[in-house]
Amino acid sequence: MQDDVVIRVIAKVMIPAVMLFALYVQFHGDYGPGGGFQAGVIFAAAFVLNAMIFGLNRGRHVWPTGLNLLAICAGVLLYGLTGIASMLLGANYLDYDVLGATPQSGQHIGILLVEFGVGLTVASVMVALFFTFAGRLTHIRLMAKMQVHEEADQRKTKRKAKSTKKRARK
Amino acid sequence: MSGFFVNAALISLLTLIAFLAIRLHRLFAVVMLSGAFSLVAATLFVVLDAVDVAFTEAAVGAGISTILALATLSLVPANEKPHDFAFVPAFLAFATAAMLAVAVADLPVFGDVNAPIHNHVAPDYLQGSAEDIAIPNVVTSVLASYRGFDTLGETVVVFTAAIAVLLVLGGWTRRK
Repeated sequence: MQDDVVIRVIAKVMIPAVMLFALYVQFHGDYGPGGGFQAGVIFAAAFVLNAMIFGLNRGRHVWPTGLNLLAICAGVLLYGLTGIASMLLGANYLDYDVLGATPQSGQHIGILLVEFGVGLTVASVMVALFFTFAGRLTHIRLMAKMQVHEEADQRKTKRKAKSTKKRARK
Repeated sequence: MSGFFVNAALISLLTLIAFLAIRLHRLFAVVMLSGAFSLVAATLFVVLDAVDVAFTEAAVGAGISTILALATLSLVPANEKPHDFAFVPAFLAFATAAMLAVAVADLPVFGDVNAPIHNHVAPDYLQGSAEDIAIPNVVTSVLASYRGFDTLGETVVVFTAAIAVLLVLGGWTRRK
């Protein structure tokens, strides 16, 4: 699949469009269907497509594992800290009324932050799951290859040992 | 009346896909059928005017779940192992289905205004959302604001799932 020109070209056109659509779903969730969960999944789909077409290594290059772990945690933390912020401003946990000048604007800010946290976590979790499963396969293949090489090496060393023994006898 | 036919067609399609998925032993086909199932379910949710749920079902059920199942499939054999007919699980499944079918008779009619679910907190949310939160999509205002705690819990569930998968499959071992 990685050598197919048609798929590669179409993917290059599709991936930015998918990401843009994910951002639209994320930030338009207040006005239409959508929100953090859907946007996160769609955003992750772009990275999964990238990794499927151009290989896992290039996929990991675009979205490094360390950054991904950071994003997983940052999303949940953003959600929790929004609640803490509303507590510090004197309201209940996750009561956004106090975050803005008016209760309505506070709700807008709170919902935006919380949905962004959800989207961040969901997107990076989905990417992490795919990379882990797909990486497992390459890991298994790599281990099998290494085993083959090791066995070949062992055979070589055995042969060498035999020949040296023979020489020693002579 | 046309709504009835659309619903009947979708639900019979769902049943057909479910039975096919049980009958088939090639796991690749089963994964594809589960994606198709999610897509049909999403259509059903659109018919029920639950566009947000339909959106999630299409993106998560038909999209990412199928891809993750395919990624899993690359690690396991392509065919289900042949096994004998399992009586106890079959009996349990049929008994549960029968009990659910009996319970359905007691449910209020779909869209009934006097149903308890529509008279508990839903009226407050629906009427208060425009003033309290002032965003057009009530689903988002319920999900992120009125029920913010629940959504926090859901996000933590997703987080925990990822951590569990990474711990089992991530290959993090102590360096020797």
